[in-house]
Amino acid sequence: MAQYLLRRTAILLVSLLIAMLGIFVLLRALPGDPANALLSIQATPEQIAAARAQVGADLPVLEQFVGWFRGMVTLDLGSSFISTLPVAPEIGSRLAVTIPLTFLAFGLAFAMSLVIGFVAAYRADRWYGAALSAFSQLFIAVPAFWVGILLVGIFSLRFRVFPAGGFPREGWSDPGAALTHLALPVLTVALVMAGSLSRYVRSATLDVLGSDYLRNARAMGSTMGTAMLRHGLRNGAIPVISILGIELATAFLGAVVIEAVFALPGLGSMLLKAIAQHDYPNIQGILFVSTLAVLIVGFIADVVQRLVDPRLRHRARAS
Amino acid sequence: MKKPVVVLLASALATAVVLSGCSSGTASPTVGTGSTAQPQQTGSTAPTQDASSDATIQIGSLYEPQNLDNTAGGGQGVTEAFDGNVYQGLYQLTDAGKVEPLLADSYTVSADGLTYTFKLKQGVTFHSGKALTSDDVKASIERVVSPASQSARKSSFEAIAGITAPAPDTVVVTLASRSISFIYNLAYVWISNKDATNLTTSEDGTGPYVLDKWTRGSSLSLSRWSGYWGTPAANKEVVFNYFTDATALSNALLTNAVDIVTNVQSPDSLSQFEGNPNYVVNNGASTTKELLVFNDRVAPFDKVDVRRAVYSAIDRAKLLNAIWGDKGTLIGSMVPPTDPWYEDLTGVNPYDPALSKQLLTAAGYPAGFAFTLDTPTYDPHPVVAEFVKSELAKVGVTVKINSITADEWYTKVFQKHDYVATLQEHVNDRDVVWYGDPKFYWGYNNPQVTAWIAEAESAATVDAQTAKLKLVNEQIAKDAASAWLYLYPQLVVASVNVSGYPINGLNSQFPAYNIVKK
Repeated sequence: MAQYLLRRTAILLVSLLIAMLGIFVLLRALPGDPANALLSIQATPEQIAAARAQVGADLPVLEQFVGWFRGMVTLDLGSSFISTLPVAPEIGSRLAVTIPLTFLAFGLAFAMSLVIGFVAAYRADRWYGAALSAFSQLFIAVPAFWVGILLVGIFSLRFRVFPAGGFPREGWSDPGAALTHLALPVLTVALVMAGSLSRYVRSATLDVLGSDYLRNARAMGSTMGTAMLRHGLRNGAIPVISILGIELATAFLGAVVIEAVFALPGLGSMLLKAIAQHDYPNIQGILFVSTLAVLIVGFIADVVQRLVDPRLRHRARAS
Repeated sequence: MKKPVVVLLASALATAVVLSGCSSGTASPTVGTGSTAQPQQTGSTAPTQDASSDATIQIGSLYEPQNLDNTAGGGQGVTEAFDGNVYQGLYQLTDAGKVEPLLADSYTVSADGLTYTFKLKQGVTFHSGKALTSDDVKASIERVVSPASQSARKSSFEAIAGITAPAPDTVVVTLASRSISFIYNLAYVWISNKDATNLTTSEDGTGPYVLDKWTRGSSLSLSRWSGYWGTPAANKEVVFNYFTDATALSNALLTNAVDIVTNVQSPDSLSQFEGNPNYVVNNGASTTKELLVFNDRVAPFDKVDVRRAVYSAIDRAKLLNAIWGDKGTLIGSMVPPTDPWYEDLTGVNPYDPALSKQLLTAAGYPAGFAFTLDTPTYDPHPVVAEFVKSELAKVGVTVKINSITADEWYTKVFQKHDYVATLQEHVNDRDVVWYGDPKFYWGYNNPQVTAWIAEAESAATVDAQTAKLKLVNEQIAKDAASAWLYLYPQLVVASVNVSGYPINGLNSQFPAYNIVKK
């Protein structure tokens, strides 16, 4: 196991490095000029040249990369071209919104999908099982922002239960207010995520329900509940764990549309703005953090799978 | 036997939903703390007089500052948040469009109009505690005109030859040539502490508010400063809340998360506020113009008749009505109604497709022609582009729409002049003078107009300046130098409980020190 972990960690670091190199090159290959964000309609040619010098876009590319690479290794992500604010603290404050949003939504979606998926599979022959299955398909189809707008319309504008958006200035020092502001965004992301997750839970459950080992366990005297928990759970969990990892990773940055609808100062909106302005330090910093997050989530999903499924462990050991 | 599992999972789900749905806080939506704001619909009691002057005003805006320095690319957002609130100039542009002294007590100008001597107000200090001296004024003006300056007003001060500070309360500026707009332009120069550093992330001004906190992507708050030299602000705190989506901003106003929206850009949301007794829709004087810009250097738009033909083929009243309903104004040239040299020139190039066809034939294009319209992807340009395309098709002119981002527009159209026609909005007042620069991106080159503009600037009186600029205005309309489609409305929507806010928002200013909340 230890050997496996070491190997996976090494792969993670190499993947991160390759991804960063790719991002760096692609950003500079894109058309567009970071200096434009600083200029006004009355900009003189002199001001245009000064803006280019200010953003350092006229330095040789290799020098730019070396400077940034050195910074990345020491976790000094530089400063924004446009706001001159250091990148790392700003990413930190944005993560204070994005991480709770992602994890709360993920937790809620996970809980919902377990119930919906299981009942949809177990009672596929009843009307409510079929209804749940249809419900999950509906939420795969609707766009997240539409769900968000609908929830705002009902719970904020009509019933005044939740705020229409924003995030408190004090951040998490008033957890009640912060959670109130996150309630609708969390629900929006969770509903959409649960739609697709429950499909996987449903199909995994169907597989388990139709399997030989479950039939054998029941034949040997186990109750359905015991058989499902002892045998079905670990077998059914394996494909679901991979999907959970992918969904969590995509939810991290995918919340950008939700952030616009609910005016949340999260990582997605920072990235969107940075891309529009070609603010390279911000873009590189955010993509570094999010690539690292995705790789770590994948790593954890792999490790959990190995813990759940002894066949994976033994196979590796045998080879 | 199956039941326990299902029940267990169902109750886990129910608990999870309940936990995420409810909160320990109150149900009234608040952005920020310490405000006396109650949801208006519950009919709260009126606060006492003290509570009113201790109010926190929540303002909603789509324009977040890029940084806090208007000479380093801070953008429209920092002008809105800081101008008049945190920083002040020697002069200020009031909401009515008048230029009034602020940090300058008085000035004298030499007979030849080249030497200005300003006497500074006494007893003014910066937020850091340092007293305002002429050295700070000198340094502030120099920051605007320095080589590294990204100030939008830098080119307005090209006439400055030298600045001296002979006494702590006296500043002398010498110009290379007369500049009648000099005092007006000074209203844009923020006087900052010359010893202050990091002005992109902090501030040191003389205004009635200090910067409390700027949370990027979320809000910027200002708090009333007790050391202010003039009348203290009428409210304790002002919070600018930033949104990227116009609908989210409207929702915030509807749920009273904000009290005022500085500039309503989406006509669709207006219907929720018009006729609603809880809100006031203010229609102010705008200076933002929507232009169909011709590249006057290249064919076919180097011919006056072709430009006039295209201009007369577009039914601008219909376009304005389609986008803004009964709001907005039609204009016939670059000058908005608030500029002193305004004249109604909408009749010079009227909507007349028959005239348009005649002009095209006279110019040598009886069968029409085709051109590419570089259209920025943000509102309202795509809609306007489609309208222009359909209108011009009726006179035989084919338009190919090329969608470009704001950034591409800057590089391709503005810097490289690599375009035939484009759409753009221009927000400044008094910008008719840009038609005097043949190197400006639209490439209008009329030596007579350039001469008139130079004469207007070196005029000895405002009347002489106005007369010359009226000539310029009439000429560019006759030449159809650009096609001025319409003037945006300037809409400030606010809750009925607030008053004292600016409605004209000239040049994106939003002075908040008179805002009172019941």
